[in-house]
Amino acid sequence: MKQVDDHAAQSTPRPSAPASGSGRPAGETYVWVTGMGLTVGLTMIVLLLALVVYNGVSVFWPRHVALVEFQDDGATRFRDGTRALGVILIEQDRDMRDLTPEQRDSPNPADRREKQLFLGNRDAFGQSFAYFSAGDIERVSYPEEVIRAERMEWGDAIFFPIRLELQDADPIEADDPAFDSTLHKLVDEVNARRAAITRIERHAIGQINLQMRDLELEERFYSRQDALTPEQQAARDSVRDRMEQLRAKYEPLAAEAAALRAKQEENRLVYRLVTGDERSMPLGQVVHYYYPNRLTLAGRARLFAGHIWGFLSGYPREANTEGGIFPAIFGTFVMTLLMSVAVMPFGIMAAIYLREYAKQGPLVRAVRIAINNLAGVPSIVFGIFGLGFFVYFVGGNIDRVFYDRALPTPTFGTPGILWAALTLALMTVPVVIVATEEALAAVPRGVREGSLACGASKWQTIRYLVLPASAPGILTGLVLAMARGAGEVAPLMLVGVVALAPNLPVDAIFPFIHLERKFMHLGFHIYDLGFQSPDSEAAKPMVFATTLVLILLVVVLNLLAILVRNHLRKKYATDKF
Amino acid sequence: MNEASPDSAPAVDVAQAVRQRRVEVAQRKPEADADVNLQHIQVCNYSFFYGTTQVLFDVNMDIPERRVTALIGPSGCGKTTLLRNINRMNDLIDGIRHQGDILIGGQSVYDRYLEVISLRKRIGMVFQKSNPFPKTIYENIVYSLRVAGRNKKAELDETVERSLRGAALWDEVKDRLKESAFSLSGGQMQRLCIARAIANRPEILLMDEPCSALDPVATGKIEDLIDELKKEYTIIIVTHNMQQAARVSDRTAFFYLGKLIEYDDTQTIFMNPAEEQTEAYVSGRFG
Ligand SMILES: Nc1ncnc2c1ncn2[C@@H]1O[C@H](COP(=O)(O)OP(=O)(O)O)[C@@H](O)[C@H]1O
Ligand SMILES: [Mg+2]
Repeated sequence: MKQVDDHAAQSTPRPSAPASGSGRPAGETYVWVTGMGLTVGLTMIVLLLALVVYNGVSVFWPRHVALVEFQDDGATRFRDGTRALGVILIEQDRDMRDLTPEQRDSPNPADRREKQLFLGNRDAFGQSFAYFSAGDIERVSYPEEVIRAERMEWGDAIFFPIRLELQDADPIEADDPAFDSTLHKLVDEVNARRAAITRIERHAIGQINLQMRDLELEERFYSRQDALTPEQQAARDSVRDRMEQLRAKYEPLAAEAAALRAKQEENRLVYRLVTGDERSMPLGQVVHYYYPNRLTLAGRARLFAGHIWGFLSGYPREANTEGGIFPAIFGTFVMTLLMSVAVMPFGIMAAIYLREYAKQGPLVRAVRIAINNLAGVPSIVFGIFGLGFFVYFVGGNIDRVFYDRALPTPTFGTPGILWAALTLALMTVPVVIVATEEALAAVPRGVREGSLACGASKWQTIRYLVLPASAPGILTGLVLAMARGAGEVAPLMLVGVVALAPNLPVDAIFPFIHLERKFMHLGFHIYDLGFQSPDSEAAKPMVFATTLVLILLVVVLNLLAILVRNHLRKKYATDKF
Repeated sequence: MNEASPDSAPAVDVAQAVRQRRVEVAQRKPEADADVNLQHIQVCNYSFFYGTTQVLFDVNMDIPERRVTALIGPSGCGKTTLLRNINRMNDLIDGIRHQGDILIGGQSVYDRYLEVISLRKRIGMVFQKSNPFPKTIYENIVYSLRVAGRNKKAELDETVERSLRGAALWDEVKDRLKESAFSLSGGQMQRLCIARAIANRPEILLMDEPCSALDPVATGKIEDLIDELKKEYTIIIVTHNMQQAARVSDRTAFFYLGKLIEYDDTQTIFMNPAEEQTEAYVSGRFG
């Protein structure tokens, strides 16, 4: 009895508690401690997710635009005027150090608070956001005629429309009933024209440029030779001919694009800012516009969906702070897929060898420990290795052997999506090996023996029974690897990610999958937006939205793998062993 | 060429002989070769070691064909070990060693010209714990054919029906062949394993306590089955159950601490054993 008491006291060190205790079981305290650990962890995750989801989604909601009027005798002014126009984002306590003594002691708590407004019109104001003391605000109204327009440059504009100046018709005043319908039609037209320009410049001219580059390389090869044989001369002439032909094809395309561009500038929209300044812009600048204070809830929801779609499917503009993130989504997706394709066979083969064939001894144990440690190596180290080995060594040698005409311009000897995928595959291969080994080990001995007793060879046993039975576990490993790979940024910066890639890694130009291209990645996009863009305040909503997309992408990839896994589980193992 | 270097001629002959022998061994059937009986097992001065511990001591047994031979004895006396050495399942274990020999149809199971896979194809095995594969009932049965490269649908279908009938399971599962083997009950699973073991028409059937996890009804079915199967197969069954040994077997071997104490007709072992220890064991006074 005494001994039991001693034991209990040892396992729960409670120096101040009386020795006889309250009769509580010894482990009880730790239930609370461990439970609290879980609670704290879960709370933090839920809060983080809620923050990201709220901020990421609310970016796209078309909010009302407020006309804020300040007291005439107050200290707050906007550009020497008493009015500001914008979206009220937050209201918060001001920093105590910024307060005047009167404000600090003021009986009105509003004097110690401030509102943040999104003003837009960065071209005119030089800033997109401003804080105003809440106590100085006299009136807030929501004028119906305000327009918010998304532009190709300088971010959004928020203004009172004055009139449309048309090339081949009389101007239309803003209070004219035809104003809105005309503006709508014209914006649709400029968008169609912009798509046409993109088609010409990105695809047709892009293809010509690619062919031209190849021909130039060939040309340069011939011009570097001292003496040309007659055949080489003929080849060179044919190259020059083809270059001429391409140039001839290029001219009309370029002219067409230029004509379309000129048309974009034809019609102009004249508008007034809240400060009273009158400005105008060519309609070609407008991506879309709406009357934020006139919308019904349904209209608002439609716009919301449109904004989200534009964000997901669009290309970035203005140093990534505007427009969409489609290339980053696509790049992340393709890179993760390539990585999975690379990591699966190697991880599984290695695990099969380690678990099924290798003689279990000190060497195998050492290898296993090394693999586990590999999973703990900082990812940047893998990035450096990828740069040194894949990019410079492997890529450099590929260039020397297959692309020597292009040298010194590297083709594969420069960071690209293939090297990024391989680097991440190397980084995540331990995860797959460990998971596969566990899955293999979980296949019961009885099944293996039964198979051997049926006259199956070892490989047949692995192939027909062990691998199918462990497929769910292997896929779990792949899920983990994918989740880690898709969210990784540091090594990618060295081996292929760029802030703005001119082309997608997969497109309609032969050979369709361009493994040597640089690519965009959501994780790097977040870093670039949040920490590298000139106006981080303006980029903040995009950071949240992009983060949300990255999280969703990882979730979708995981769900996909889990679905496949459950399907396999149903197919192969209808019972736990 | 052979004349130029007479030394090389025997070398060619040896290689050919090896190939020849392999083919012979693989294709040998009792009816093809009257004096070789592949259902006849002889254990000659057989000792077996796991590492340094010896678990079988100089065992000698002549196991008749198409009879049921029961191995009895207290746990740990080496019954399973002997059984698993007949089809060399113990090869999987590191550090094993044997002395003496086990002959099947006069050929050593350790014959270096005998591939262990072809040996196992001729010997069916039923394990103590039923071990259906995580596949359908159908695929479980045809597994041994598939791994032998026999994939003809007609043959597979025929095999499934014959084996399941042989294992007295056909009527119960004939409508659910495409269901998972795990949907069967414990007794059905064990009979499925028996069906799987006889699918490839082996000559010998090894059973290691096949009823130890089963209820009396299922046990009865399997005992009836063994009675039926002995018409075709040489059966060696390990059992802990004295009544079972008495009911199903023709010959019984009593092992104690790795030694074969007594081996005789079942009748004799149970009614009139020669050894004191056997008498004590079968009458339940120790075990
Ligand atoms: N894989 C093994 N490694 C080492 N010893 C083993 C192994 N399998 C069985 N043994 C030992 O060999 C002896 C005989 O075992 P076994 O043949 O399983 O007995 P039985 O089937 O008669 O109960 C036992 O003492 C057991 O501990
Ligand atoms: Mg046993």
